[in-house]
Amino acid sequence: MSIPSPRVVITGVGLTAPNGNSLAEFRHNLLHGVAGVERMDVRYMGNLIAGVCHYDPLKYQKKKELRVGTRAGSISIYCAREALADCVIAWDAFPKDRVGIYIGTTEHGNVETENEIYAISKFNYDTKYWSHYHNPRTVANNPSGETSLHLGVTGPAYTIGAACAAGNLGLIHATQMLRLGEVDLALCGGVSESIHTFGIFAGFKSQNALAHHEDPKKASRPFDRDRNGIVISEGGCLYTLERLDDALARGAKIYAEIGGYCVNSDATDYVLPNPTRQAECVRRAVAHAGLTPRDIHIVNTHATATPMGDIQECQALGSVFQDCPDTHINNTKSFIGHCMGAAGALELAGNLPSFDDLIVHPTINIDNLDPQCALPGLVVNQPKKAARVDAILNNSFGMLGINSTLIVKRFVP
Amino acid sequence: MTKDECKQVVLDIIADIAPDEDISNVKPDVRLRDQLQLDSMDFLDIVMELRKRHGLEVPEADYPQLASLDSCAAYLTPKFTALGK
Repeated sequence: MSIPSPRVVITGVGLTAPNGNSLAEFRHNLLHGVAGVERMDVRYMGNLIAGVCHYDPLKYQKKKELRVGTRAGSISIYCAREALADCVIAWDAFPKDRVGIYIGTTEHGNVETENEIYAISKFNYDTKYWSHYHNPRTVANNPSGETSLHLGVTGPAYTIGAACAAGNLGLIHATQMLRLGEVDLALCGGVSESIHTFGIFAGFKSQNALAHHEDPKKASRPFDRDRNGIVISEGGCLYTLERLDDALARGAKIYAEIGGYCVNSDATDYVLPNPTRQAECVRRAVAHAGLTPRDIHIVNTHATATPMGDIQECQALGSVFQDCPDTHINNTKSFIGHCMGAAGALELAGNLPSFDDLIVHPTINIDNLDPQCALPGLVVNQPKKAARVDAILNNSFGMLGINSTLIVKRFVP
Repeated sequence: MTKDECKQVVLDIIADIAPDEDISNVKPDVRLRDQLQLDSMDFLDIVMELRKRHGLEVPEADYPQLASLDSCAAYLTPKFTALGK
């Protein structure tokens, strides 16, 4: 059976990252070496390093929405409103039943559950003090549900749980739904509130995978010989995606076209990556886009600064991008840490302006490049001017062995 | 506790659970839901905060007694008194 595949384009971006609350601010800081990692107090664990967002939640939400809702919901609403403003669509008149909301999350509910347990600990663990908001706060669809409530969207609104591959999955799923004609406008991407749960910090620490450094801004250091783990961050990035014909009909600004994608699974381990499956994911995405590795001009890596994970992704990329002199490789986590469910969507956004300015943002914090990560094309510490940027490939991988690769192309009518 | 003090207890709770509302002119004899943006979950919040802050239980059958500030005061003041407040 042949399924028609209308072209799908990105027409709006809304984001909050630890180093910027708009695409312009985020991009500026990526090109000027400004990291967004700081110290924060974590319940039971003390003062740790994390990526914290500083958007103004009251820009779009009422105080009561913030009190009742979750941080993930608030980040989602901020990003959705910013994306809708950016895409300049006639929102009030747009049929809300033709809008889909597809938000990737690494996990949801840990923050709210920990908060409730902490709250009832003050009442001798008597569960009659457990909040009646616990269930709506912890259901897996919470971030998308809060966004649909806020916007009055009556089309499909749900989250996509895909560990740290989830941000890419939001865009991929939205593309599929647009191509199937299920919706006419998609708000999609990923969000994370992970820094508000001590459990994720404690879990990574127990894995010996939690970053530490005297200077928080130097703590996230993928590909550096002295990297020592992940900086956990919060964040969000939602896009508006539309079918090309619809975008052209309303004269929309077009950031990029969805080129191709692949999602696969390692099926080998709970936490350890599998470079063979990663390479397979990248190759299939390139083929899905109708391209060859040489056609990819920017590869944004997933690398999280774990000792083995970085090497394994480099092995995967090295096997795919041999003899690709025009392929530049970078990493956004070196600036903002690991934004978990938001990572894929945010890291793609940080590279989108390269279609216009032809500048590739660097990987920072590399004082001593690990020889096992010394990929040709790695952009180290300083931005680099590219001869051309026609295709950007974005990797996001997650626990339980989920891999996602998304390729966006320069829009050519 | 006087009835006026009891009303203030309820208003203090409402100020926290409905932070966007102007509670400076709440009419004591008018249903709270008719003059403030309060939903059923907010009333559960009032019940929960009475329990947490004051150790006071409101059985579900008595929820209608919380309809207005006047009815709150009539219903809650004896309960506060019974708790020695």
